[in-house]
Amino acid sequence: MSASLIDLPMIWAAIIAFAVFAYVVMDGFDLGIGILFPVFAVGEERDQAMNSIAPVWDGNETWLVLGGGGLFAAFPLAFAIIMPAVYPLVIAMLLGLVFRGVAFEFRFRDPSHRPYWDAAFTIGSVVAAFAQGMILGALLQGIAVENRAYGGGWLDWLSPFSLLTGVSTVIGYALLGATWLIWKTEGRAQEHARRLAWTSFIGTLIAILAVSLATPFLAFGYYQRWFTFPNVLLTAQVPLLTAILAAMFWLAMRRQHESWPFFLALALFLMCFAGLGVSMYPYVVPDKVTIWDAAAPHRSQSFMLVGIVIILPLILAYTSWAYWVFRGKAGTEGYH
Amino acid sequence: MFDHLDPVLLARIQFAFTVSFHFIFPSFSIGLASYLAVLEGLWLWTGKQLYFDLFKYWLKIFAVVFGMGVVSGIVMSYQFGTNWSVFSDKAGAVIGPLMAYEVLTAFFLEAGFLGVMLFGLNRVGKNLHFAATVMVAVGTFISAFWILSANSWMQTPTGHEIAANGQFVPGPSWWAIVFNPSFPYRLTHTVIAAYLTTSLVVGGVGAWHLLRGHKDPRTRKMFSMAMWMAAIVAPIQIFVGDQHGLNTLEHQPVKVMAMEGHYDSHPNGAPLILFGIPNSAEKRVDYKIEIPKLSSLILKHDLNAPLAGLDTVADDRKPPIGIVFWSFRIMVGLGMLMLLLGLWSLLARWRGRLYDWPLLHRFAIAMGPAGFVAVIAGWVTTEVGRQPWTVYGLLRTVDSASPLAASAVATSLIAFVIVYFIVFGLGVLYLLRLMASPPASGESDLDHDPSRAAGLTPAPAVASKSFR
Repeated sequence: MSASLIDLPMIWAAIIAFAVFAYVVMDGFDLGIGILFPVFAVGEERDQAMNSIAPVWDGNETWLVLGGGGLFAAFPLAFAIIMPAVYPLVIAMLLGLVFRGVAFEFRFRDPSHRPYWDAAFTIGSVVAAFAQGMILGALLQGIAVENRAYGGGWLDWLSPFSLLTGVSTVIGYALLGATWLIWKTEGRAQEHARRLAWTSFIGTLIAILAVSLATPFLAFGYYQRWFTFPNVLLTAQVPLLTAILAAMFWLAMRRQHESWPFFLALALFLMCFAGLGVSMYPYVVPDKVTIWDAAAPHRSQSFMLVGIVIILPLILAYTSWAYWVFRGKAGTEGYH
Repeated sequence: MFDHLDPVLLARIQFAFTVSFHFIFPSFSIGLASYLAVLEGLWLWTGKQLYFDLFKYWLKIFAVVFGMGVVSGIVMSYQFGTNWSVFSDKAGAVIGPLMAYEVLTAFFLEAGFLGVMLFGLNRVGKNLHFAATVMVAVGTFISAFWILSANSWMQTPTGHEIAANGQFVPGPSWWAIVFNPSFPYRLTHTVIAAYLTTSLVVGGVGAWHLLRGHKDPRTRKMFSMAMWMAAIVAPIQIFVGDQHGLNTLEHQPVKVMAMEGHYDSHPNGAPLILFGIPNSAEKRVDYKIEIPKLSSLILKHDLNAPLAGLDTVADDRKPPIGIVFWSFRIMVGLGMLMLLLGLWSLLARWRGRLYDWPLLHRFAIAMGPAGFVAVIAGWVTTEVGRQPWTVYGLLRTVDSASPLAASAVATSLIAFVIVYFIVFGLGVLYLLRLMASPPASGESDLDHDPSRAAGLTPAPAVASKSFR
């Protein structure tokens, strides 16, 4: 593999990171709407919130399949170690996604039981978000590996740190959902979304701070990566940019911008993602398996790369088109 | 609490359960997406409101089916890692890329255009909307292409090499992996099954409304289209199924022995066992009704051709005989009934009684769900028939599972069973409710808010008038 001119595992790590990030920001805002759903007024406000994501949620969730499927195909060893390690979390996430996914249609099919499907939508969204955050925490805090397989117990993932990352993800998604609604709704619903965005913004800042402070002290030399000279010159840019973005978010909210808060919230997520990259690279299972250890053979990765190079731009083009078709404010009645 | 159970068996049950539930939805949505594309195409071509009404009627049903297919499908993509991690490590380099291509070429295509298909007619205009519907239909087919290629590779692995660490790795040509020997047969057989399944559902719904006296042109058209489809496709499917069986005989003869219930070798022509009760302890079929030499005729095109039986196979290389034997007979039996329905409809059409022959309509209603049963039975035949292997002849199922405690697998299995029965049970109820109301003139849109105004722009109000 090292004989080739291009470092395919590096490219694939970047592609999967892109897919996971695309998933987090796209499904993040529609999961966020699910998380915030109970505080929306029954009727018009809920319908507007649902309408704003009904045409796109399915596409958003496809990035999760690309992230997971891509990991399976490009780094099968990593997939084989991580999935059993966080088994109950993955199952919980999938079942959460089942409930919230069917709720989109079912709440319209069965008006007499709509409160139940609204509750399923929220519970499913919260469970999925919380499980995703905990999976991240469990990965960061380390996974026991024995003989090309997971070597720990089935509750190893449960720790104060993974609970923290779980809660943080729920709050962060709520921020994405609230800022999306500022952009896509008007009138009362929009005012409500603004208030929710303020609250979840404060919550997100606290969560970012808490996770950032806890991570360097976990193990695996995360501390050295972040704080030793000259690394620190580079890594310090991440918190610096985060602070600048937070200030810009605050300004945009004060000036009642409609779309800026959403994009700035995405930028905040991007910073968290960059921070994650600093902590993990080049490992896919911290301190145990690098991306080169886990990589599928050159033939597998290059075969798929052809597809990615040709098809991913097309996907981005028609996905953008689908968003463009449903641009503007979501009504209560235009499409459901 | 579950520690005395076998974690591998539990993992198999979990996979069988989740995949069977999942398979129901795509086997309907593959056919339904194409049917919707045909209906919309006919509407655009002829300008007849009737086709547009039928389109909207089935679109509402499609939205529910597709949603359930998506969420149950996401589960499948993760089952490989959670429950079959050793298989993922060993075979991921070969079948992972096939699934990655499914995501890239099919899932995104379907999901990207689904929103426009469901909600976008008033926003993009008729022609672009039709294009979106076609894209969704094409996406469902591409999805079947890749996933059946991956599945077929597990049945008839070719084109790979085995690395020093025991991993299957791709050989020089991906062509040999993708187009492995059983793939063309499996793809054809499965996609036709999806079309047949859909035509039976559409026909059953049409028959139900005809029987209840709703003999309006929409109901008639629906029933007539479905019966044409059944009459044409059922015989083709039986032929394709036979070809698939011959392919299986060539590459997985043990599976065919189990399907046929041939415990013994037959040097001078093997009988076709129509019915009987396989008795694996005594290695014979009890109470069997058989036609001498017919099996040799079907499988070898020669009455006296010798056929080897399970007595030539070591016990640790045999699948469970009873399950394969029965599921195969269920599939074939239903296939014959589908053929009968198709022929009967032709007779009714010829006599001019297609819309007023209650017995035919009752039969069509009874056959409404038959496609799903046949599809699952066929799936069980081929998957259980692959045992005891995950990668046929090369990697055993017992060596493929995740290092999980039985309690972990049992708990998640129970969770899946409870959630699936509640969620998909209610989903099916909603589908039946939609099907129970007859298609109407000026069929309502997907959103059924009766106070629905013109939408976001004034265009749709104008447009919908011009459709009439």
